[in-house]
Amino acid sequence: MLKVTIDGQTIEVPEGTTILQAARMLGPEVAPPAMCYYSTLETSGGYCRTCIVKVTKGSEKDPRPMPKPVASCRTMVMDGMEVQNKTSPELLEARKGVVEFLLANHPLDCPVCDQAGECHLQDLSFEHGAESTRYEFERRTFEKIDIGPNVQLHMTRCILCYRCVKVADQLTPGRSHGVLNRGDASEISTYIEKSIDNEFSGNVIDVCPVGALTDKTFRFKNRVWFTKPMDAHRECDKCSGKVALWFKGADVLRVTGRKDAFGEVEEFICNTCRFEKKDAADWKIEGPRVIDHKSVISSNHYLANNQVPDFAFREVADYKAIEDKPVQPVPAQNQLNN
Amino acid sequence: MSKKLLLKHDHEPGIQTYEVYRKHGGYASVEKALKTMTPEAVVEEVKKSGLRGRGGAGFPTGMKWSFLAKPEGVPRYLVCNADESEPGTFKDRYLMSRIPHYLIEGMITSSFALGANTSYIYVRGEYYYVIAILEKAIKEAYAAGWLGKNILGTGFDHDMYVQPGGGAYICGEETALLESLEGKRGNPRIKPPFPAVKGLWGCPTVVNNVETIAAVVPIVNDGGEAYAAIGIGKSTGTKLISASGHINKPGVYEIELGLPVEEFINSDEYCGGVWKGRKLKAVVAGGSSVPVLPADLIMKTAAGEPRLMSYESLADGGFASGTMLGSGGFIVMDETASVVKNLWTFARFYHHESCGQCSPCREGTGWMEKVLHKIVHGHGEMKDIDLLWDLQRKIEGNTICPLGDAAAWPVASAIRHFRSEFEEMINSHAVEHA
Amino acid sequence: MENKVQFKPETLALAKEIMGRYPEGKQKSALLPLLHLAQAEFNGWLDVPVMDMVAEVIGIQAIEVYEVTSFYSMYNLKPVGNCLLEICRTSSCWLRGAEDIVSHLENKLGIKEGETTPDGMFTIKTVECLGSCGTAPMMQCGAQFHENLDTDKVDSILDKLRADGKRTNYFDAVVVKEY
Repeated sequence: MLKVTIDGQTIEVPEGTTILQAARMLGPEVAPPAMCYYSTLETSGGYCRTCIVKVTKGSEKDPRPMPKPVASCRTMVMDGMEVQNKTSPELLEARKGVVEFLLANHPLDCPVCDQAGECHLQDLSFEHGAESTRYEFERRTFEKIDIGPNVQLHMTRCILCYRCVKVADQLTPGRSHGVLNRGDASEISTYIEKSIDNEFSGNVIDVCPVGALTDKTFRFKNRVWFTKPMDAHRECDKCSGKVALWFKGADVLRVTGRKDAFGEVEEFICNTCRFEKKDAADWKIEGPRVIDHKSVISSNHYLANNQVPDFAFREVADYKAIEDKPVQPVPAQNQLNN
Repeated sequence: MSKKLLLKHDHEPGIQTYEVYRKHGGYASVEKALKTMTPEAVVEEVKKSGLRGRGGAGFPTGMKWSFLAKPEGVPRYLVCNADESEPGTFKDRYLMSRIPHYLIEGMITSSFALGANTSYIYVRGEYYYVIAILEKAIKEAYAAGWLGKNILGTGFDHDMYVQPGGGAYICGEETALLESLEGKRGNPRIKPPFPAVKGLWGCPTVVNNVETIAAVVPIVNDGGEAYAAIGIGKSTGTKLISASGHINKPGVYEIELGLPVEEFINSDEYCGGVWKGRKLKAVVAGGSSVPVLPADLIMKTAAGEPRLMSYESLADGGFASGTMLGSGGFIVMDETASVVKNLWTFARFYHHESCGQCSPCREGTGWMEKVLHKIVHGHGEMKDIDLLWDLQRKIEGNTICPLGDAAAWPVASAIRHFRSEFEEMINSHAVEHA
Repeated sequence: MENKVQFKPETLALAKEIMGRYPEGKQKSALLPLLHLAQAEFNGWLDVPVMDMVAEVIGIQAIEVYEVTSFYSMYNLKPVGNCLLEICRTSSCWLRGAEDIVSHLENKLGIKEGETTPDGMFTIKTVECLGSCGTAPMMQCGAQFHENLDTDKVDSILDKLRADGKRTNYFDAVVVKEY
């Protein structure tokens, strides 16, 4: 086991653990934000640079600090390593720069974006960004394109995290979409608008951290924060059939994978479950789903067993106390008890 | 007279051909290494020579070689980085087109040292005529028995191929080069693992610049110590300098490291002085990526010592008052040149060449170019200077590969040393627009 | 399909030879050189069927070819004139008058940078550093580097290219350079 200290908190982790994984083990409050890393997608990470941290001590053996900030998602823990994330003002400033770069060409069309409310770029800029942008030039734009009957690509919003390309590479045979062009003209595309039609292609929607890849069957149906997520499952011969259903009244508006506290799906689901099973009767409902603590969706929702969160009735002063307390991730089995 | 190693015979008629090259002592290093030395002994000589990577980073070559992993049954590769694309740099093109066998000889000797039975010379695609010259020379080398099976009866096999690039500066970064050689987009890899452990097709690989590999020839012929005796301090040996811009005699010059900058600029043996009888304004000493220095600081260090053409002397004073030897792309600007406008061409270059993988470089290079375009085209505001300063600061050190730094440093140094020129440009246009 | 795009037999043979330069299973490495061959054979640019053909020859997905061709600056994804005039405009070339060369070409040919003359003869393209800084300003046409340019020199180059009337490509006869 290797010992690593992140923002003053020490944890022991197995060899081969990245700094980001170690930080996540300490909890969401300690973990640096990550826009491109996705634990279940090989070779993901390293691109967006939002998870950069400062390594103030390399290891017990070689205590020299690392000369530059490193991407915590791609840097392995060494025994005795010491890392600064939120405790380094210098690093927070650098991260603010990264956020500004990510937003430089982003359309900021959140009011009409389906991802609003569960968008990682929104969360990131709220927590780590500056109040205003200094970018005064025309932003790059692309035409919206349909990739297949159920997925729409709105490249203008893309932050080039490459997650969807990794899904296409690793989950589906015969990849037909990838990254075209280079530099700030790069785009995710199929080049000749081939449809992506195979059973797992819909997962590109779940892995997209922004509103670049959206579910056409859900498009403009509702704002996500007005829908109620429920865990559900069905017998499926293609995937585990374990999903989250998003209800409005008695209607299932959309089906997604079940996302954890870091926005990653627990299991990838097939297109049949995602796009074709929109009747509540198709599913065995397990109970309400607790969403990532940071999301607007969960902030005014119920908890497991349909309970109203107790803090909803507290005084403002108490509420502040709760906010200041580090939130522990809810273990998955507790979320599912109904 | 200066000491010449690589360009000793560059003006011999017919030196491009095998016969003439051989007549002038060509392939002696292969003979010596394969017949009288062990691979380890060759690596040892390179270590002793103090040779440092000539592509720009200046990393000790012998050390890089000694990092090469040698797992049983896994092939190792030597890849020559001939993707010369750093603005201001054209020495490798000169060497390869003028004396192609010099590189090939260095490749064989180095491959022997590294235990590589296959090597590739990755040449930027725009140099297609150079590729043709190299391929012809390789054919000659095969015919003369320097390549192929059982070279010189020593049991050492070696095959060598030339690989064209497709037009991308970023492929000069060694992991991007390997990606490109694998038939992919030139996106730099995230290190570690380093190529010495996992390089071409996942196998241990050494990537060296053309000039670095060529320098192995005199090192093996004359010994590492003899090479180390040339030059100054840790800047051993000779260096090819590509001189361009506002000088009387642009061209490629082989200098002994330690030559005073002033002599290099003004001597008729080298640049022949600033052209048209004008005064020197600024120099970019090591290719577009290194900090630009004003005339006084390129001639003398901040402490008043004469500045020398060496890794250490050019870097003296850090980025506050120094620069870097880099690739040896020496760009001279006379008193009429606009440092700001020249900077804009650099910014445009880096914007064009950013691979787009990581966000600070992808978005930052374009942003800096746009701000500079605005200033150069008469719409600049004073706040733009501070914005540029902040942008380069937020790119530097925060990217996957050194392209981000390379884009940031010219901007930082131009503002550091020529801030008044930015202000004048902004003010004069402000008057015109009033 | 009947009119399927194919390499000429001798080009295909060369393509196979190139694919043999890499270990078994690593034939994707031949992609960049094969795309240069294809571009030279199919009118100086890479249409989708041409790229698909290259993908098939190597045995990779078409998207892997599109990703590459759109990344590198030497592959033309739109038709170009017989002679693609690539003028360097970075630092040293700029310091020594590249802008004048570009505007001279634009005036002379009656087209703007990025455009092709109506007769399909010339396309003007500005490019970044071609490693010819010591002989600036310069432009590349096919394999040939035209160096130390001035407007007179540009005129005579255009005349010669027009008289030849041929499509230039990067595989033009080896130009032995004397300095």
